[in-house]
Amino acid sequence: MSLMNGTDFNASTLTALQKVTLRAVVMSFLFYGLAAIEGTLMRVALVNPSIPPIHGAPEHFFSIMTVHPIIGIFGSTYQLVFAAFMFLIPYLTKKPLYSVGLANFVWLMITIGSALAWIAAFVWSYAPLYTLYWPLPADTAQFNVMGGIVFIIGVAMIMIGTLGFIYNIYATIFAKVGVHANKTTKELLISGFGIDGMMNLVNKLRGKPPYTKEPALSLPVVAIFRGTVDTFLDALVILGAGILVLVYLLADVSGASWDVHAVDALLYKNFFWWGLDLVADGLVLIYVAGSWYLLATLITGQKLFMENVARAALLLELFVSWMVWSHHLLADQGQPEMMKLISGEMVTMFELLTQGLALFITLMTLWKARPLKMTMELKYLLAGLLGFGLAVPAAIIQADMGMNRILHNTQWIIGAHVHVALLTGLYMTLYSVVYVLWPLLTNNTKLFSMKFANAHFYLHLIGSIGMGAFMGMAGLEGMLRRHFYMDGEYQTFMILAAIAAIMMVTAWVIFMANIIMSVGLKGLVGIFLPATDDTATFGIDPQPSVVVSQKK
Amino acid sequence: MTFATSVELLKFHNVAYTVYAMIIISVIAWFAYNLTREKKADPIVRIPFYLYIGFLVAMGVGHHIFTYNTIPWVSEDIMRHNITPDKTFQIKMANHKFDMPEKMEIKKGEKVLFDAHSSDLVYGFGLFRQDGSMISQMQVNPGSRNDLLWTFNECGEFDVRSTEYAGPAGNAMFVKKVVIVTGCDNKGV
Repeated sequence: MSLMNGTDFNASTLTALQKVTLRAVVMSFLFYGLAAIEGTLMRVALVNPSIPPIHGAPEHFFSIMTVHPIIGIFGSTYQLVFAAFMFLIPYLTKKPLYSVGLANFVWLMITIGSALAWIAAFVWSYAPLYTLYWPLPADTAQFNVMGGIVFIIGVAMIMIGTLGFIYNIYATIFAKVGVHANKTTKELLISGFGIDGMMNLVNKLRGKPPYTKEPALSLPVVAIFRGTVDTFLDALVILGAGILVLVYLLADVSGASWDVHAVDALLYKNFFWWGLDLVADGLVLIYVAGSWYLLATLITGQKLFMENVARAALLLELFVSWMVWSHHLLADQGQPEMMKLISGEMVTMFELLTQGLALFITLMTLWKARPLKMTMELKYLLAGLLGFGLAVPAAIIQADMGMNRILHNTQWIIGAHVHVALLTGLYMTLYSVVYVLWPLLTNNTKLFSMKFANAHFYLHLIGSIGMGAFMGMAGLEGMLRRHFYMDGEYQTFMILAAIAAIMMVTAWVIFMANIIMSVGLKGLVGIFLPATDDTATFGIDPQPSVVVSQKK
Repeated sequence: MTFATSVELLKFHNVAYTVYAMIIISVIAWFAYNLTREKKADPIVRIPFYLYIGFLVAMGVGHHIFTYNTIPWVSEDIMRHNITPDKTFQIKMANHKFDMPEKMEIKKGEKVLFDAHSSDLVYGFGLFRQDGSMISQMQVNPGSRNDLLWTFNECGEFDVRSTEYAGPAGNAMFVKKVVIVTGCDNKGV
């Protein structure tokens, strides 16, 4: 056991599928660390604005604020989720991944794209924030044109990588090989959208036999299928917005002066939030629900409780996720009142129902299998459930015309809702997935230290809930989320939130130390060396002929 | 039950959400503890599935019904096109600056319309007390209507701050004590 060699990890025994998954996982956790450090810098700057590298300069503060979500959401979360799903789809369907080469392309594009966006903010202080409210990203009086072009190219590369992931996932799901050799595309589509689960429920109510006893796709695959629909739409919207910004920036470079007000700011906001909300309220909630179902069944070794209801709920989430974006526009007085009421309040309310259902089904599946051993994966799963249990009601509270008037753009939104949802809910769920997949991806490598794993768990859990809570409390006292306070305002809450943020950075350092001490530096480098075994499946006998025929 | 000001509403919200957070943390902790025990735990309450679903729907819908009936600015906001304001103030925003009356004097209980226009970027228009707490706010988009109808149920001198990011220069968009509300008794009500 050493820093160079790890415990008993041997990268040369890994298949191509394992290696490509681990490459994205490594990049994901490096980006996570960068996002965590950036977040902590901002938190500390709100206590002491003169902290380097911010030095009390709003342009530095907002540059960090601009890239923090790009690095955190795309560089880290997207990479981790995509890596897990490009491994899980072949694992769950017993079919080979459509293309390992495409999977390599995906992590490279997202890594380079995220790095470019970061460079644009670091070098040129390009800072329109992730919201890119029109016409700010095209405001060349405030921002360097080159910075804008590099930033948009970076984001575009992330989205192209995302489209590569989507193609790989659907090409694998729809491949007529293995267990799906005799399935039609229609059968796979019906199952993918959760329609079979809905039909089973309808038939049960009508006293008829089930529509299907053996759905073509397992429930976690259905969740990935459904969530990926939103990932696709979201990628198109962000790409579209990126092209618009790029066209204006290139026009500026060429000396042309185009009127930015030719594009309506409110209409653009609607378009952009429709797409961006598919990340927050679409793919996150659906992917998370699917991950909970998978984790609950893997941890207990039993069937999911109320599986048909879960399938139908995923179908409901399809419609819900497409119609909730107006809750981001409740403070926009030009937005029609009916859209605020229906889309912003009423349809958004359904997320309490769909997420409440997912929580209930997961808890019941675990409960029916008790007594269970409190493994790391179970511990993280329960923490993930708690995170969404806290964050989703916080979202429903603020998606209200009365509450939004005094909560919009405050630290409540980004603290009590967004950061608790992401850091406690999503990341704890993802850490649970990491611990479940660890033996599969590393060929049962021994983890360096369980004490490190537990220290990471408690520091991250307390840090993430604590930071969200203190930010939320500051928000209730009027603290804005996109403002650099430099006169010691809301100091007590900011000190406590900064301490919580430092706890999370410490948790990340401990987690990385545990992983590096397990795989060793040699192993880490070995992950990025070409695989000698080009197997693109897991858990079944390799069928090279099938793999080759699919690639053709 | 009516919340006259945002202070009252946020106090209630703070207590209600804190209680909820404590409950959900306790439930998950209780669940985790009993999940590992050999001895079968007796459920404290048995909640039928459909009752749970009904509860979620009731909470989701009931929350909006509750706020509509207890927060005065909700119905006023929805119906503002049919309400004649007692006073109207024009707010112009451009180049990260406010262009508005030096003092906006208001009597408690008056319905005031803040009619904001941006000629370049997306800004925000927010009213704040001297302790930094928020009274109300709206987004200010260029090219569209940005009208906030507000009834002040409290007296004092209030600040205006842009509540939306419009580039680093927007950080300084802050005007102290520009809104003055009078007409309260000695107790400030």
